[in-house]
Amino acid sequence: MADCKRRAFFKGAGAALGITATVGGGAALYGMKRAWDPLPSVVAAGVTTVETGAMGAGEIGRVEFRGQPVLIMKKTSEMKPNDNRDVIVNGERFTVIILICTHLGCIPAWTGEIFKCACHGGEFDSSGVNTFGPPPRPMVIPPFKIDGTKLVLGKEGPEYAKLKQANS
Amino acid sequence: MAHFEKANSVGEWLDQRLATKELARVIALEYWIPKNINFLWSFGMILATMFMILTISGMFLLMYYKPDTQLAFYSVNYTIMQEVGFGWLFRHIHAVGASIVFLAIYIHMFTGIYYGSYKKGREMIWITGALLLATFSAEGFSGYMLPWGQMSFWAAQVITNLFGAIPVIGPDLVVWIRGNFVVEDATLTRFFALHVLVIPLIIMGVLGAHMYALRIPHVNNQDGEDIDYEAEARKFKAGDRSRSKVMPFWPTFMAEDIFTLAVFLVFFFYLVFYHFGFAMDPINFIPANSMKTPPHIYPEWYFLWSYEVLRGFFFNANMGLAAFGIANAFPFIFPFLDRDTNHVAPMHKRPLMKYWFWAFLFVMIGLTVWGKLPPTGANAWVGFVLSVSWLTLVLIIMPLFSTIEKKRREG
Ligand code: HEM
Ligand code: FES
Repeated sequence: MADCKRRAFFKGAGAALGITATVGGGAALYGMKRAWDPLPSVVAAGVTTVETGAMGAGEIGRVEFRGQPVLIMKKTSEMKPNDNRDVIVNGERFTVIILICTHLGCIPAWTGEIFKCACHGGEFDSSGVNTFGPPPRPMVIPPFKIDGTKLVLGKEGPEYAKLKQANS
Repeated sequence: MAHFEKANSVGEWLDQRLATKELARVIALEYWIPKNINFLWSFGMILATMFMILTISGMFLLMYYKPDTQLAFYSVNYTIMQEVGFGWLFRHIHAVGASIVFLAIYIHMFTGIYYGSYKKGREMIWITGALLLATFSAEGFSGYMLPWGQMSFWAAQVITNLFGAIPVIGPDLVVWIRGNFVVEDATLTRFFALHVLVIPLIIMGVLGAHMYALRIPHVNNQDGEDIDYEAEARKFKAGDRSRSKVMPFWPTFMAEDIFTLAVFLVFFFYLVFYHFGFAMDPINFIPANSMKTPPHIYPEWYFLWSYEVLRGFFFNANMGLAAFGIANAFPFIFPFLDRDTNHVAPMHKRPLMKYWFWAFLFVMIGLTVWGKLPPTGANAWVGFVLSVSWLTLVLIIMPLFSTIEKKRREG
């Protein structure tokens, strides 16, 4: 009888130990995961405003947005319009892309007609759509909001939501 | 209660407390190694020595290195290289050592493959070895990031981006690994922690497991012979040393090892003093710049073969990534791809697998060469053919040939 009780006690103690260790271990893992999350300052930083009013056709502007290079190009009449990708500010068409190859993250160069990635030979058209080589997707359009002739990167406006839907 | 008497020597004093005599007997004096081996069996000890050399040179680099994106480049290229006494030497030893250790690893692996040392009880030796390859690769990659030059930065950018291809969690995972949207300070400091503490600790643990895994099955030999260790050890201890098929780890086996090791170290220090350039990419002497990609990005030579398997499918990134996944997983499944599981024999005694072995070695070298060439024009197609050949050799020909061999032997 005493033996039975003792066994039940050890079983209970074992279960309690197991549960505590599992919860504690899980909490520790969560803490370690959190330690590697981007810091709040990193997440909060990064609204970049660009003035497009003075840009001429074919002109290229480059800004840094959340540590990434963003290219803003006012399209010329020779460049094929693309309603699913062009950002229309004040009636003018712009290509606005994070200039990072969707293959493995190199920075493609604008040749005057296309974007060419030196790393593995990927190519993109003037709207940033992949046309040749390993890149699997068009270059990413950063979140933006339109404010007159200003483009606010890092805020999501209705125009961005529309493009995002058309691209997904 | 143990018995402690007045000891007549330091050795005896220690033996009473630590059983040092028994310890030496078990791990060395009566740890039996077959005689029928060659210099290739010394590469295990060469690797252990290289790990020691890397650890010691690394400790001295650590005393001046500064893990901060603003300071890292100059702490390495100015402070360590120009100011610290013999800093340049520690750096060259560390960089050349990191490169040459992979040469030794590949020789060691191909020795194991050639003599069939990965099966019939030796699977765990091989699998812990595969873990060492993985951890050494992680160590090499994280270390390459620390000088924060252009290659450090862009290699980190490209490799962390690979995780973005994992379905659903990929993009978030990339940001998590980097601690930012791009590779920057948080990334450098965490890879620094991995490089100088976390991964070396793991390596030491796995190294212990690797050597322990050798004890039960014992080291293989040139003919794959199944040796009766107890009988041969008895013969040796009875004094019939020349007819016994085994020798003790210490002093006999180590005497051979130390000779091969000495030759290897002469070669190593020749590289350190006269040919260190191959381990120091000139592009990495330009400080990291996140806004400018170098025209041609390539990893260190020891990653080239798997990088080329990735690039080989130049027309489809997902196929390339799948092949790359297989290339990295392949060491772990390798013992099970040889379907003739119970027959240990060197390749020259295997009628079909010998062709497989040389073809495999040839394709691995080919992939390494083409991994360094720009991926344009005909090179892209050569890379494609090599990648497909690699996959075919590993996933189809190896199981097929070994199955046929087994059938023939038994039938
Ligand atoms: C990276 C550091 C490594 C160290 C320090 C190391 C160390 C050793 C040592 C000391 C031995 C015994 C002596 C010898 O046969 O050479 C050995 C044997 C062995 N290792 Fe490793 N090893 C390493 C990596 C690897 C890798 C990457 C593999 C393969 C994936 C591997 C597979 C084997 C096999 C199969 C044996 C048994 C050889 C036989 O039985 O003949 N090792 N290792
Ligand atoms: S990174 Fe641009 S093609 Fe590979």
